[in-house]
This record gives sequence, C-alpha cells and structure tokens, in this order.
Amino acid sequence: MNNLIVLPLIIPIITGIILVFLRSSIMLQRVISIITMITVSVISFLLLDIVQTEGIIRLDFSGWLPPFGILFVADSFALLLVLTASVVTTICLLYAFSTIGKDNEKMFFYPFVMFLIAGVNGSFLTGDIFNLFVCFEVMLLASYVLVAMGGKKVQLRESLKYVLINVVASWLFLVALAFLYGTVKTLNMAHIAERVAEAGQEPLLTTVAILFLLVFGLKAGLLLFFWLPGSYSVPPAAVQALFSALLTKVGIYALIRTFTLMFPLNQEITHTLIGIMAGITIIAGCLGALSGRDVYTIGTYNVIIGVGFILIGLAAGTETAMTGAVYYLMHDMVAKALLFLIIGMMVYLTDETIIKNMSGLIRNYPLFGWIYFIVLLALTGIPPLSGFVGKILIGQGALEAESYILLAIGFASSIIVLYSLLRIFLASFFGETTISFEDRKRIPKGAYSSFILLAISIVFIGVGAESLAVYVKDAVNTLINPSVYIDAVLKE
Amino acid sequence: MESLIVVLVGILVSVGTYLILSRHMIRVIVGTAILSHAVHLLILAMGGLKKGIVPLLGQSEGEFTDALPQALILTAIVISFATTAFLLVLAYRTYKTNGTADFRELRGVSDE
Repeated sequence: MNNLIVLPLIIPIITGIILVFLRSSIMLQRVISIITMITVSVISFLLLDIVQTEGIIRLDFSGWLPPFGILFVADSFALLLVLTASVVTTICLLYAFSTIGKDNEKMFFYPFVMFLIAGVNGSFLTGDIFNLFVCFEVMLLASYVLVAMGGKKVQLRESLKYVLINVVASWLFLVALAFLYGTVKTLNMAHIAERVAEAGQEPLLTTVAILFLLVFGLKAGLLLFFWLPGSYSVPPAAVQALFSALLTKVGIYALIRTFTLMFPLNQEITHTLIGIMAGITIIAGCLGALSGRDVYTIGTYNVIIGVGFILIGLAAGTETAMTGAVYYLMHDMVAKALLFLIIGMMVYLTDETIIKNMSGLIRNYPLFGWIYFIVLLALTGIPPLSGFVGKILIGQGALEAESYILLAIGFASSIIVLYSLLRIFLASFFGETTISFEDRKRIPKGAYSSFILLAISIVFIGVGAESLAVYVKDAVNTLINPSVYIDAVLKE
Repeated sequence: MESLIVVLVGILVSVGTYLILSRHMIRVIVGTAILSHAVHLLILAMGGLKKGIVPLLGQSEGEFTDALPQALILTAIVISFATTAFLLVLAYRTYKTNGTADFRELRGVSDE
C-alpha cells in the first residue's frame, strides 16, 4: 500500500519519457498526458483518504530505514497540495490542447509539463531535504524549458534572467544544506527536527534557518520577487497558469515545512522576519498591481500579493492561522490558474495587452466575462467563494497572534486586489465594443471547459469548505504538532 | 586541511561572484559554474576530511569517513552540469536572435 506514495512522482516521469518518443503524433500525446494527470489526481485523492484512516504513511526507498535512506512521507498537508496541483494541471492541459499551438506541441510541451508536475509532486512528498533540492531542480529544469518555449526575443531575454536567478538560488540552497549537514549531520527532515530540538536551535542553526528562508523566499517570490513579473508574463498562457499556480506554491510549501517542522524554536527571530517580509511583499505587490496598465503586470503582481498573504498565516503561526494558510494555498492555486488562463484568452481574443484597448469583451463573450467576475470575487475573498474561508481564518489567526499591522496590511491588500482586478473588468469587459460580433474570434471549446471546471473548483472550495475541513484539520494538526510527523517517520 | 579547503571555497566564491556581476553572458555562466564548484568543495569540507579510512562502520576502530557528502556532491554535479549546458544553449539562442551577448544591450528589446 505504501508504494502508492511514489506514484505521483513516477507516473508523470515515465509518461514524460514515453511522450518524448511520440513527438510527431500530437493526438496521442494529448490523450496520454490527460489520462496520466487524471490518474495521478485519482491516486492522490485515494492517498489522502488512506492517510485519514491510517495516519501519516511513508515509503523508505530500497528498504533503508530512516534516518539513513531517502524517503517519501505523505501527510495530509502534502497530499492536499499534490491533489490540487494535479487537478489544476489536468485542467490547464485541457486549455493547452486548444491554445498552445502545433509548434509547441511538437517541441515537447507535454513531456515537460509531465516533468514539471513530477518535480512539484516530488517536492511536496519528499521527507529528505536533499531530495527536496533534487525535486526542486527537476521542476526548475522543466520550467526553464517552458519559459523559453517559442523562442521569441523577449522570452529568451526573460528566461535567461529567470534561469540565472534560479541557478543562484539553488546554489544558495546547497550552501544552506552544506551548513545544515555540517551542524546536525543528517538530511532526513524529521531527524533534523529532532536534532535541532535536542540542541535547542542555537544561533548557528538560526542562521542556517535564515539562509533557507532566503532560498525559499526567492523561489516563492517572498520579498525577493523582482524576477517574477518579467518571467511570468512571457510564456504561453497555459504555462503562465501552471507557473503561477504551482511554482511559487512549492516555495511556500517548503517555507511552511521548514519553519513548522525543522526550525520552529526561535520564532521571535524567524517568524518575525517572515512577517516583515510578507508585509513588504504585499505592499510592493499592491503598488505593482496599482501601477500596471496591462493585464500581465496586474496578474503577476496579484500572484505576489497572494504569496505575501499566505505567509501572514505562517508568520502568525497559530492553529487558526495555519488552517487559513492551508485553505488559502489551495484556493490560490486554483484561482490564480484561472486568472491567468482568462488573461491569456483575453490577449488571444484582442491581440492587445493594455487593458484600455480591449474594451467591451462581455458583449461578445458573456459567459467568459462572468467567469472572470467569479475569479475576481474569489480572489478578493467574497463569500461563498474559495478565498473567503482562507482570508477570514488567516485574519483571525493574526488577531490571536496580536500582529495587528500584518492584519491591517493583509485586509487592505484585499481592497487593492479588488480594485486592480475590477479595473480590468471595467476597462476590458465593459465599455464600448471594439470588435463587432461577426468579426470576433471564437473561444475554443477546450478553453471554455477548462474555465468552467476551474470556476466549479473555486465554488467547491468555497461552499464545500466544510467537507474539506476533515483533511485540512489533519494537515494543520501535523503542522502545529511536528512531533506527529517526527514520530511517524522515526518510530517503529 | 578543512580550513585550507574553506579558504579555497572563499576564493572560488569571490571569483564566481565577480564573474556573475559582469555584463557578458558567457562570463556570468562561467561564474555560476565556478560558484557550483565552490559549494561542492564546501559540502566536502562540511562532511569532514578524514584521510585513508574506509567509509564503513565497524571496519576500523573509531573514526570512519563519511561517504554521504560525496553522494550529495555527485548529484549536485550532475544537476549543475545539466543547468550549465541548458544555460549555454539559451545564451547562444539569445545571442543569435538578439545579436548581442551583453546584458545591458538586451535591456528594453521589445518583441517585434
């Protein structure tokens, strides 16, 4: 039964390799990739259910018992994210079928999406910090290719920046790993947690923790987000949606894991730092979103605001706040994916990126316009949509932790999010119709179905928050009591 | 021995940083390669350099060489090799399409 854990990593990798050989038969590539992603989603849901009854499960590769071997650990938190990531990828693939273009499909688009999701799922599931580094790299290498896919001038320039930033970040990750290994002599995350607790997180370890904060901050776009708006606005829409839904979230996951499991002791330093970084991130993201005149700028800065908001939950650190963070993380993955798919479709329909020049889309595409309105409401946090539960719980947690400044920044950011997205809505969807009904481009059916599926997921996370509560509660329990995780890995 | 290696790491990091801050693409890429070498040495030094003892528990009394850092470095080398190769190809393509390998001249190239 435990062997199931490795499937979310191994199935996409094997499929990716097979797809490389099926380069010329696009239809076959599409069918295989979508079936793979549906299978992975189903498996991760099954795993999530198993974890509820059997507790945290782990898989020791080739029978090396922890702390010596590499292992995968599946707890509810990781599995919720694996599930959301797989579902979102499935839906983004649906969108890609009709929009990505034959050239990209022939240039190994699907294999690299498979490698990307393999890296993402691996990062969520691994229980070994060096393995986390490796999974990060698998994910990043795939993302390097996807950013540059198409090879336009601006893409090449931005991808060069993106790759260089990430190479330096990975280097920093290795430095942090080296110091960590030098200090605690182990790489198993649960074992590190145990050793750190024994040693009482001395200043040296706190320094290492801050190094990790920088590394994951770079990957998540926490404070160090300068690379994000550029590189997220150049690739094709389906890739943008995947990136904004998955990549920064992996960084956030790593941050949450690191600071709840491995370095939870020196909170007045690390968590304060995270709080300050989250606050600045939100403010800077808001300024960016306000100043943007084109859809990409507004969209990418909204990603940054989302990152900051989730990490308020981590900075507050109470049980309520963490519950909120988990909810908001799932919501943000789905909603940001939908936002970017819609933005991509708007650009495709009008050949414009400046919002003023689009105008009047809702007359030609009423359903499309109202789906955008749903995302807008969800991202702002209006009940009963998905953002509401997360926002209210994070806010409540910030109150409990008495971090009123963060609370104020967080909720003020909601208004800015509303304003910036409403600007797109008013300028691009309302107003005079510039393209006549006869001349309009059609929205492909695949794209429509992906919008509708994502919109349904948004409503489901919002309305069905109660049915998710079982899983989220279990996830938060592990985050608040790291001993649950440690015992599951090291006992027996 | 460890301190010697750490000094070497320091030198490599400063060389790498200097190269990364330059404007030419190839220099920057060489800089990242040198940085990665530096961190590999750092990992090796962090594992402790004990010469001439087998990496097995129980073979000899007391001390034994830690084999894990070498496994880590091997993985890291493969990864940095892949990234560097990709970066070189990317830089070449950028040079081909944009006609320059200078970062400052890349700035503001719009997409026509």
